[in-house]
Amino acid sequence: MAIKVLHHGLATTVQDLGRPGYFHLGIPLGGAMDRYALRAANLLVGNDEGAAGLEAVFLGPKLEFTEDAVVAVTGADMPVRVDGVEQPGWTAFAVRAGQTLTFDFLKSGARIYIAVAGGIDVPLALGSRSTYPIGALGGYKGRPLAAGDELPVGAGNGSAEGRSVDASLRRLAAAPVALRVLPGLYWDRLSDEAKQSFFADEWKVAPEADRMGYRFRGGTKLSFVEREQPFGAGSDPSNIVDSCYPYGSIQVPGGTEPIILHRDAVSGGGYFMLGTVISADMDLIGQMQPHTPTRFVEVTMDEALAARAAETVRLGALRASLA
Amino acid sequence: MSKHEIRSPLPGTFYRSSAPDVPPFKTDGDPVSSSDAIGLIEVMKTFQEIQAGVAGGSIRFLVDNEEPVMAGQVIAEVEQ
Repeated sequence: MAIKVLHHGLATTVQDLGRPGYFHLGIPLGGAMDRYALRAANLLVGNDEGAAGLEAVFLGPKLEFTEDAVVAVTGADMPVRVDGVEQPGWTAFAVRAGQTLTFDFLKSGARIYIAVAGGIDVPLALGSRSTYPIGALGGYKGRPLAAGDELPVGAGNGSAEGRSVDASLRRLAAAPVALRVLPGLYWDRLSDEAKQSFFADEWKVAPEADRMGYRFRGGTKLSFVEREQPFGAGSDPSNIVDSCYPYGSIQVPGGTEPIILHRDAVSGGGYFMLGTVISADMDLIGQMQPHTPTRFVEVTMDEALAARAAETVRLGALRASLA
Repeated sequence: MSKHEIRSPLPGTFYRSSAPDVPPFKTDGDPVSSSDAIGLIEVMKTFQEIQAGVAGGSIRFLVDNEEPVMAGQVIAEVEQ
């Protein structure tokens, strides 16, 4: 069983839930930008929720199946077709040997997840099948897919087509987006005006936003409190003595454009971080298109933990509904 | 006469020329052939060339330089 790539889309990669445990060595978490959507796609086709699927951003690939398969597409709203016949999203459907999967224009959101019963069976690299292209690690030959590739598929468990995620459990992209932020270790570097304007202003996703970081622009330039330049820090007021960068942390080089570090981020460097997007909201970022209006909302640690607990309940409901 | 719509395959930022200091690929009223570049879409640090995809009498742009575009949005029309 294999999937032939006829067209690669824009940047289509093999992703699972990532490879935690190596960030301290500079190897990022990796994995799906919208992990909830990948889990849902896998559960629909009877896979373990951490099986490898395909993540396609903005533009769908064109794929030919060499054998019968059960497939599900979740995440962004991008109509999928089998030999030209539209199939429902968030639903398992059958693809026959020789048929071709294509996609219409993206309607909303940013990334689709394509799960195939049996999973994409590329070799594990450091415990994960996720592709980290800059490190040429994991996935299919360590890189995004290209026309002519043939993806191996594992053996499915005989799960049938037709299962669907209930509408209440589908997360659809909407705009504007509110991202909840816990102010962090270097929050005190900001002036009082900057602390206020960062949360008050509307920001927009910059076209450069990618798997490494989501960049925003359009808000007021942040100003800093005066300080004596610390030994080992750069001269810009946004510089610090090099530090670890958490997943979800927000750095603002020069005070101009906030960048939220995401799945393929660098693990450390010399820019201050004003705070961290809470874990419950990280998947939302994976579905944000360029120019999406965005506000940052300040929360407390208790609110962040409550949001995480609510996400766990939601995931439990998804698992129960597809069990 | 019929109109052919050229749509952006991607969301991003639309550019009418290949660099800030060079003339646009096409201006309103220009004839186009199928493989002619009519603009670029910038997204994720890459620039995707948009081709006319059709040969026709004249092109008319509906999106300005450096404007945001959505996937599927009509960028220009070609009179055939």
